[in-house]
Amino acid sequence: MDAAPSELRIDIRQVATLARLSLDAAETRELEGALDRILEYVAQLDELDLDGVEPTSHPVPLRAAWREDVAAPPLSRDEAFANAPDHDGTAFVVPRVV
Amino acid sequence: MSAAGWEAVIGLEIHVQLATRTKIFCATEASRDGAEPNTLVDPVTLGMPGVLPVLNREVVELAIRLGLALGCTIAPRSRFSRKHYFYPDLPKGYQISQYDEPLCTGGAIVTEVDGEERRFRLTRIHLEEDAGKTVHDALRNRSLVDYNRAGVPLVETVSEPDLRSPADAMAYMKAMHRIVTALGVSDGNMEQGNFRCDANVSVRRVGDPRLGTKVELKNINSFRFVGRGLEHEIARQVDVLEAGGHLVQETRLWDEAAGVTRPMRTKEMAHDYRYFPDPDLMVLEVDEAWIERVRATLPELPRARTQRFVDALGLSAYDADVLTQSAARADYFEAVAQAVGDPKLAANWIQGELLGLLNKDGLDIEASPVPAERLAELLVLLRDERLSSKMAKACFAEMFSSSVAPADWLAAHGAQITDEDTLRAMVAAALDAHPDEVAGFHAGKAQLLGFFVGQVMKQSRGKANPQRVNQLVRSQLEERR
Amino acid sequence: MGPEASATELLAALASGATSALALTEAALARIRAVDGHLGAWLRTDEASALETAARIDRRRELGQPLGPLAGLPVGVKDMICTRGMETTASSRILEGFVPPYDATVVERLRAADAIVLGKLAMDEFAMGSSSERSLRGPVRNPWDLERVPGGSSGGSAVALASGTCPLTLGTDTGGSIRQPAAFCGVAGLKPTYGRVSRQGVIAYASSLDQVGPMARSVRDLALLLQVIAGHDPRDATSLPDPVPDYQAVLDRPVDGLRVGVPAEYFQEGLDPAVELAVRAAEDTLRGEGAVLVPVSLPHTRYAIAAYYLIATAEASSNLARYDGVRYGHRTAEPTGDIDTLYSRTRAEGFGPEVKRRIILGTFALSSGYYDAYYLRAQKVRTLVRRDFAQAFERCDVICGPTSPVGPWRIGERSGDPLAMYLTDIYTVPANLAGLPCLSVPCGVDSSGMPVGLQLIGPPLGEATLLGAAHAFERATGHAARRPPEVHP
Repeated sequence: MDAAPSELRIDIRQVATLARLSLDAAETRELEGALDRILEYVAQLDELDLDGVEPTSHPVPLRAAWREDVAAPPLSRDEAFANAPDHDGTAFVVPRVV
Repeated sequence: MSAAGWEAVIGLEIHVQLATRTKIFCATEASRDGAEPNTLVDPVTLGMPGVLPVLNREVVELAIRLGLALGCTIAPRSRFSRKHYFYPDLPKGYQISQYDEPLCTGGAIVTEVDGEERRFRLTRIHLEEDAGKTVHDALRNRSLVDYNRAGVPLVETVSEPDLRSPADAMAYMKAMHRIVTALGVSDGNMEQGNFRCDANVSVRRVGDPRLGTKVELKNINSFRFVGRGLEHEIARQVDVLEAGGHLVQETRLWDEAAGVTRPMRTKEMAHDYRYFPDPDLMVLEVDEAWIERVRATLPELPRARTQRFVDALGLSAYDADVLTQSAARADYFEAVAQAVGDPKLAANWIQGELLGLLNKDGLDIEASPVPAERLAELLVLLRDERLSSKMAKACFAEMFSSSVAPADWLAAHGAQITDEDTLRAMVAAALDAHPDEVAGFHAGKAQLLGFFVGQVMKQSRGKANPQRVNQLVRSQLEERR
Repeated sequence: MGPEASATELLAALASGATSALALTEAALARIRAVDGHLGAWLRTDEASALETAARIDRRRELGQPLGPLAGLPVGVKDMICTRGMETTASSRILEGFVPPYDATVVERLRAADAIVLGKLAMDEFAMGSSSERSLRGPVRNPWDLERVPGGSSGGSAVALASGTCPLTLGTDTGGSIRQPAAFCGVAGLKPTYGRVSRQGVIAYASSLDQVGPMARSVRDLALLLQVIAGHDPRDATSLPDPVPDYQAVLDRPVDGLRVGVPAEYFQEGLDPAVELAVRAAEDTLRGEGAVLVPVSLPHTRYAIAAYYLIATAEASSNLARYDGVRYGHRTAEPTGDIDTLYSRTRAEGFGPEVKRRIILGTFALSSGYYDAYYLRAQKVRTLVRRDFAQAFERCDVICGPTSPVGPWRIGERSGDPLAMYLTDIYTVPANLAGLPCLSVPCGVDSSGMPVGLQLIGPPLGEATLLGAAHAFERATGHAARRPPEVHP
């Protein structure tokens, strides 16, 4: 599974779809160029032998922190909707889904 | 099964809402009866910028409880990941869910299917947060989003593909439901979506070791839907294959009204969940001491309880099964049985009288107008022959409708007459009053026996002990022959 | 005495009645109005609330009521940090108009310390950048040379200090975003140990790297502000439970015998000779103060940038998924028939080019089939970088080197070449990858006369040691006293 990064190329359109970013042609071209160069640079990680090296996902490992199961007041409706681009007073409104 | 020569391979994924007060990663109440949309939300629920998840300890506790009850291995270290997809009811653009390192692995559900004990293995149980709810407003061509449910704690229980029929699936689901409710890890309320089931189902020729094309079946959130949905989906798959067609791997929805499964409408967009360990949450460590602490508080499990009802209390397997359908029902039965000292009597009454009336009113045993102590009082009177069985039934009906106490009912109606001399005199009086019928009986009309019994019962206003009356009528008629 | 004075001096003046919180706040607001039009450090101030708070603090002081350790001091907050009731945008169009119903824990702590939250400071959008050229209101300018960048992403936080508009600011640092602008603007900035300061309410860029930190014009002021914001927060599961030492009390400890590690890898190709000269001189100063210089090696430094940009962008692509135009923030005004079009347009309009670039790179690094090759590999490299530091700290107490290989560049000079910009983070990202505390203090000037920063990196929770060393260095040199030329309207 450890394919070398250098062998990979980025399909900007597909990734942009995944990331929900509509890009125009110029942006796509610019990104392709920039990302190709970044990936080329990143490919230097191929040089390293990483077999048996554990990944670090937290820089300072800690034991999990707990919260006790005690309730705190929720936001008021006004607070919940204060920043909403569209709502009807009871729900957030979006274009029809599916 | 549908067509001969085919076999179904089924795995179930059941999402169970854990019975915590607050959500999995924030201090907002998880649910409240009658809560208006978007009133159980806080900045964490709404995925507002900068706010962080902190794990509710009780969520882990309840999941460990379930894992232990099902014989799972509890991982000393498990982890939360982010599962990414865009949908309006998913506030952060990702769901926090355990992915490659779940809390529980292995385990099994042991239950009976058609009188035969079966063991269905579990793959895993993992923790995750629920999403909100999107309601489609077709009239105005828009959708409305309510985040009350977002962040509610769930466990997803995943079975191995060990199930072979809709009956297996229903038995598995019922057993799981019984266990989660008996443990108190969930209220199991299926109408509210607190216990939801999806199935993965494929078919193959009997004897073929290979697996067929898998369909994910959704919208089967009741025992009935699981049975019917799977039945139809299996039949559909067999039909397609027998007609020489091909199945596609897809998600289908059970349409109960139409009695068919239909492909779910989805966007042509490929899913790529881009899982990675959530950097906001540390590795979840569960030490042996914690596991043992939870183990020590595990209640007797439904299956063990059923067996004990048979072995120790002398109930039939059928009765024991009915009485352990829910923990509340089993608790009720045990309370009555113990107070009366006659488990069979208690079992008969609960099944025959109580459950009948509860069903008619659509009530759960928790909501029974006759609490266990009251039923026990009644059955003690019955046991001691202060009431006849018929009187007891009449009394019970009143207890159910107007909450009258058995002792008060008895005081109002008088006790059963069991005194031998009194009964003897009542019978003699009845025979004296009907000389023609006595003659008829002696001439061979045996059915007149019942007439005399009826006369005595009528005279006593139903309070004479009917068995004794029967015997006395018989013996006195013989004496007068 | 006005906002250009040190926090320590101002506290004394406030205590003695030589000035009042209200007078100081008014002076700070006046100075912002006078000079910030040319600099763009302040995205917005909340004058009414600041003045009201100041008046209240003055009243409490008159009544002899107990006051917090920052009582009456105006503080500027990077716009990455949520302020209740005050617009918070991360310098992004996608969050324009967003008013949080909550304070970040660090802001709660500022308020509890009776500081006056003066307003929000400009930055690169979502803290993605090293130049503050991508702020919501155009490029932020370096007061030492208005044609040059102030560094980034906490450019506004550094400029607000350098231009004397307030004595203390908060920044955030994911890959150098506190230290590099501090270096470029001739002020001090500290990135604490990962988990030392709560991230609750701090808009996430890369969650496993982000830390909030203090910025000030002197090391003593840095310690003062760190003291207030550091400490465990039950609302941040990555927050460290360790007790917070008294940072001010250890400031004057002599550095006699302090082992200062000098990593060969921080003095290689790409380092501006003038920067090297300033940093070498700083080493001599430290030795003169009694420190012992120890050569150390951090062999995986050259891989840090690659690992950093994979991890940071991957986490960013995830953290920025919530900006979808549904619950808050920008939503496209274009008619959208379906939800995916709404998402894609909203996000295309709301995010700037650098943010889009990083979202795309990060989405790619996490996508199916590439995860192992990119994200996971980068996390393994991160382990190697941590090990480098752990080994180096067996031989030394602090590590010293340049904060940035180059001085402030001209506005626009590097904006066409993202990779070239990324590479300037070479000396700052390793400490983020390893979660280590680090700071930057002024140590001289480059060939253009622009400020140069000396970086000190400590072992986990080594903030006190860092502050002590930096304070000794500051006392021994006059760098901290240098001020940029006055900005004239």
